[in-house]
Amino acid sequence: MKTVEEIHKIREEKRKELDLRVNTSADTREKHILVCHGTGCTSSKSPKILENFKKIIKEKNIENVRVIKTGCFGLCAKGPIVIIRPEDTFYAMVNPEDCEEIIQTHIVEGKKVERLLCKDVDGKMVNRLDDLNFYKKQKRIALKNCGIINPENIDEYIAFDGYKAIEKVLKEMSQDEVIKVISDSGLRGRGGAGFPTGKKWELTKIVEGKQKYVVCNADEGDPGAFMDRSILEGDPHCVLEAMAIAGYAIGADKGYIYVRAEYPIAVQRLKIAIEQARNYGLLGKNIFDTDFSFDIEIRLGAGAFVCGEETALLESIEGKRGQPRLKPPFPAQRGLWGKPTLINNVETYANITKIILNGAEWYSAIGTEKSKGTKVFALGGNVNNIGLVEVPMGTTLREIVYDIGGGLPNGRDFKAAQTGGPSGGCIPKEHLDTPIDYESLKEIGSMMGSGGMIIMDDTKCMVNLARFYLEFTVSESCGKCTPCRIGTKRMLEILERLCDGKGTKEDLTKLDKLAHMIAKASVCGLGQCAPNPVISTMKYFKDEFEEHAIDKNCRTSECKAISKITIDPEKCKGCGLCQRSCPVNAIKGEGRDKRIIDQDKCIKCGTCLNNCPFKAIS
Amino acid sequence: MNETKCSQKIQDDFLKEIYKTYKPEKDNLIQILNEVQEHFGYIPKYTQLQLSGFLKMPMAEIFGVITFYSRFTLEPKGKYTISVCLGTACFVKGSQKILDRLKERLKIEPGQTTEDGMFSLDETRCVGACGLAPVFTVNGEVYGKATVQKLDQVLDELENKK
Amino acid sequence: MEDMVTLTIDGKEVKVKKFTTVLQAAKQIGIDIPTLCYLKEINAVGDCRMCIVEIEGRRGYIPSCIQMVEEGMVVHTNTPELMEARKMMLDLILSNHPQDCLTCIRSGNCELQKLAIQFNMENIEYAGERIERKIDDLSPAIVRDPNKCVLCRRCISACKNVQGIGAIDCVNRGFESCVSTAENCSLNDVNCTFCGQCIKACPVGALHEKEEIDNVWEKLKDPDTVVIAQTAPAVRAGLGEEFGMPIGTSVTGKMVTSLKKLGFDKVFDTNTGADFTIMEEANEFVDRFTKNDNLPMITSCSPGWVKFIESNFPDLLSHLSSCKSPHQMFGAILKTYYAKQENIDPKKMYVVSVMPCTAKKFEKDRPEMEVDGIRDVDAVITTRELARMIKQANIDFVNLPNEEFDIPMGEATGAGAIFGTTGGVMEAALRTAQDTLTGENLDKIEFEDVRGGAGIKRATVNIAGKDIKVVVASGLGNARKILEQIANGEADYQFVEIMACPGGCIMGGGQPIKSSKIRSEVDIRKLRADALYSIDEKSTIRKSHENPILKKIYKDYLGKPGSELAEKLLHTSYTKRKKYNIDV
Repeated sequence: MKTVEEIHKIREEKRKELDLRVNTSADTREKHILVCHGTGCTSSKSPKILENFKKIIKEKNIENVRVIKTGCFGLCAKGPIVIIRPEDTFYAMVNPEDCEEIIQTHIVEGKKVERLLCKDVDGKMVNRLDDLNFYKKQKRIALKNCGIINPENIDEYIAFDGYKAIEKVLKEMSQDEVIKVISDSGLRGRGGAGFPTGKKWELTKIVEGKQKYVVCNADEGDPGAFMDRSILEGDPHCVLEAMAIAGYAIGADKGYIYVRAEYPIAVQRLKIAIEQARNYGLLGKNIFDTDFSFDIEIRLGAGAFVCGEETALLESIEGKRGQPRLKPPFPAQRGLWGKPTLINNVETYANITKIILNGAEWYSAIGTEKSKGTKVFALGGNVNNIGLVEVPMGTTLREIVYDIGGGLPNGRDFKAAQTGGPSGGCIPKEHLDTPIDYESLKEIGSMMGSGGMIIMDDTKCMVNLARFYLEFTVSESCGKCTPCRIGTKRMLEILERLCDGKGTKEDLTKLDKLAHMIAKASVCGLGQCAPNPVISTMKYFKDEFEEHAIDKNCRTSECKAISKITIDPEKCKGCGLCQRSCPVNAIKGEGRDKRIIDQDKCIKCGTCLNNCPFKAIS
Repeated sequence: MNETKCSQKIQDDFLKEIYKTYKPEKDNLIQILNEVQEHFGYIPKYTQLQLSGFLKMPMAEIFGVITFYSRFTLEPKGKYTISVCLGTACFVKGSQKILDRLKERLKIEPGQTTEDGMFSLDETRCVGACGLAPVFTVNGEVYGKATVQKLDQVLDELENKK
Repeated sequence: MEDMVTLTIDGKEVKVKKFTTVLQAAKQIGIDIPTLCYLKEINAVGDCRMCIVEIEGRRGYIPSCIQMVEEGMVVHTNTPELMEARKMMLDLILSNHPQDCLTCIRSGNCELQKLAIQFNMENIEYAGERIERKIDDLSPAIVRDPNKCVLCRRCISACKNVQGIGAIDCVNRGFESCVSTAENCSLNDVNCTFCGQCIKACPVGALHEKEEIDNVWEKLKDPDTVVIAQTAPAVRAGLGEEFGMPIGTSVTGKMVTSLKKLGFDKVFDTNTGADFTIMEEANEFVDRFTKNDNLPMITSCSPGWVKFIESNFPDLLSHLSSCKSPHQMFGAILKTYYAKQENIDPKKMYVVSVMPCTAKKFEKDRPEMEVDGIRDVDAVITTRELARMIKQANIDFVNLPNEEFDIPMGEATGAGAIFGTTGGVMEAALRTAQDTLTGENLDKIEFEDVRGGAGIKRATVNIAGKDIKVVVASGLGNARKILEQIANGEADYQFVEIMACPGGCIMGGGQPIKSSKIRSEVDIRKLRADALYSIDEKSTIRKSHENPILKKIYKDYLGKPGSELAEKLLHTSYTKRKKYNIDV
């Protein structure tokens, strides 16, 4: 246990010590080598890099250099990432074998390792992280500490105003004042539907009840989204602190974090964080010497997308099959074990401490009229800068794709962006200038969702994409209600027929009719939103659907049954690269001959497509 | 521990530890099953039967929970579990081809294990390494920017290790 | 009036009690909303989405079976859009259901079929994959055909929530979801008690009894076999329903006539068997009560209940009366005493019990149920199976004349008749016990406290200056509560009657299946119980020990109740059972 004074002291001393993390002109002789330990970089051996750095520094007896593991820097495409501060040098795609050179050249000799410096999309070498286009339009609030602090060290969190918001709330604010600040900030739920957070807190607060619960929804199930994971991995304490604040505001003394078991790193860091917070007395009884007590437990999910739906999540915490409950009653009225329960997702919580410390006005000044603050997106697919981005609401899709994302690779054309995952829709080219906020996205048939944003180029078939999402929904449907259990399966079957060239024009009408019925008749959000990927693609790419149904043709060749891969003799230069890449030897021709594909042998794997330098294959 | 079905004695020993950690309350079912899955690589029938007694709940209900969550399996996994990420980012980058190739080479469908007990094949939804898409994992180790050729190489190596 | 809520349904204002569902509120003003997964007091989960309505100000369609009324709510139940949505819903359900109505056991009494007719389903627009699933017909009592399951979960709820068993549950996820058992085992190998309440909850043909009709036809054809039918009390209170007669019609005479027409050589009344049970059970109770031995004593005529206690509370088995159930006792008497009297080779005698019960099929197969290698009972058919046989034989049941049971074994008392309803065994036993304990012939016949539909009934009866506390429970969920009290030493009562099915045998798993709609509108239990109480009331002899044939058999053959021979023929023993026989 630490006294209030001790916490203050840690904050003061540690902040000075860590100034170099955020201040390039910090007055220090120390250097911090930050090694990203997000899931992406960990997958490409960043723990080995960390180990090597430590070993070399020890061997060489170098002083004043510390190696720190941090959360995600965001630019996952360039991982593993190493940043050296205070000078903010950004090394990309570092191998464990590069450590020696970085230490020798950068630390010992004071020069940059040119070959490892990150190159921007335009090919320009970038010295500092902040110079990257990727970061210029971003505004980091939820991700503020990610990549700056060591998530496994509570002192580092405290140094950057950690546990200051809860202290302020407990000592200076009433429950209603806290709720008012959150309401006034305009923060809305970041899990998908965008319900006003302050309102949710208020609704839970006003319900009478001795026992209430605060739940953090960390069951990030949207395939292709990893915002919440990065926050938990990079800054777990900010979620714990926010949950405690919420607990104070609604009158709860117990919190649960429901997190996917498939997120082992996040779970591990949460465990460490909870342990540390308990040891410091920041969780537990009489926090900051007040009457307020609050503790948090972790509950692991076990692989069911539907458990991201709040009532299904509650069922799962109670140890049951994750089948949603009918609303109303809402969890605020009858939640966990029938008690009033507040559920917010990770990113929503990640904004709370900042709003408390900086004020509602500061927050509501960011964003659009109805959507305040920032939103974190997991940018992926056919875009150069794959990674995690946080932008003010109202930023346009074009800015995200081209300015931050650096455009599409291989000079391909933008075809569509998918937001909201299996519950969202596709946004076509003509809506590239749509400002990203809850209402605008809904208006064009998509939704904010939790933040997955997948960019697709013109080689992607939209019918196949709709099929992909339906396949997901069918395998993740809980099976409770008829429209979702059988209806989505029938939708998928129609889409499969279309992709196989066995569809008909009537199928399109049937599909549309069924989609709209399912949207209105399903029990929960999963079913209600399941048709979105179909409805939106049918709306914007109607001609592609008709081509599949009537002409039995897939213009992108993704639907193998109705596509042929051919080599355009005009464009073919006879280089033979395609031939060498073909796994089934289906390409004929010798020397400088124009190559021809043997359609009987071709398995339409598309390897040759990607290997042709002249774009002669389609 | 993953390779063969485990004896009742081994299960009893493990359950003894579980009973120390968890109260006999239904709420704990999923947490306990997670530990069992982690430890044995599947949820043995005998353990289900014991848990039915410990938590005082019908075995059918436990079975209903096990079969609801995709993380829980009823059969032991192979020596190598290969999971192909079918998250959207990976899908867009062609993970289907990786999966198709695996199905072709291992001659099993996702969720199955090869007869020799060497390989299990799984589909997963986003392992969070979207920057490396498409990815597959072998016993949790991530292989990024995967191609059919790269996969073949990895499979060859694993098969040679037999 | 504070507890009333006013709302508008289809333009009509309606005032209903708070906590009424929209479905019930609509019903009150004569608006019928189609349902499938809803089953009054058992299942209200809003899954099938047939009962969807529109509520102004609310997004999407709302299931009326779980939506509570709210002040000022404006509901539409029948817009063209809703009708289309319901039809699509039905289309989807049918797309996942076999199209073999003609050969389905529930044809004509299937809620899905009715809906299909109502919605004028001409074809299935969204035809698609159906998953082939294995039929489980390994148990002696219940067949599960998951291919026909519509996943309404009514059976799960009946089994888990009402009976507190949980032999079946929802397994898998999404389109692959189905109702199944632990590890997809046969019902035979899990904690199923064979009570058959799941069958009665099923709207379609996914659950039915294991038929024994063919065996019976076979024996009826055989001139060398003496085929004897005995009919349980509850059968006569339900059988008529299978032929469109009003619920609660007592059809004893027509039932006997039809059995004779089917070719049974003799038709006897299990009520006589019930009288034997009372003789033995009352005697056993008086003995145990006087010696304060293993009290409370619990009745043992309900085989589902017996299997339940054997596998759930094996340590309490000593509380169970050792009496066989009435039809088993009767079977034993028929194959010994009666066979000798009539000079029939018991090996050539084939006893068919017509029962309101599926668990009796299991009971008759229990190894203990025989005397000197001769099985007490050879076949058990349910009320429904008998109805099927009558229909098969093209008998115009409704217009049959009344005939009497064969004598001498068909003579029974009113006490035997009320065995078919919850509280009946207790009442019959008390009638005999009071006379036995006082040595008098008392006028008190009716014990009102143990009548009625409550799941657990308690009464204190003063007999010969002694207070006897009794408890009557029906439904295994209630039975469990009683057993827990006994296990915890909290039982302050001496005699307990338990029937596995809620409401007793008249509501047994073998009785006619009533649709969800009828179950919401009519108190079936009461109507059928009233039929039995009225038989009792009209009986000239209403106490088992006054049954002349019993007196004769005890005098000529058995000796006294509890005699060595009575023990051999009429009593049984129990086995501690494992709940699950799963190969681990």
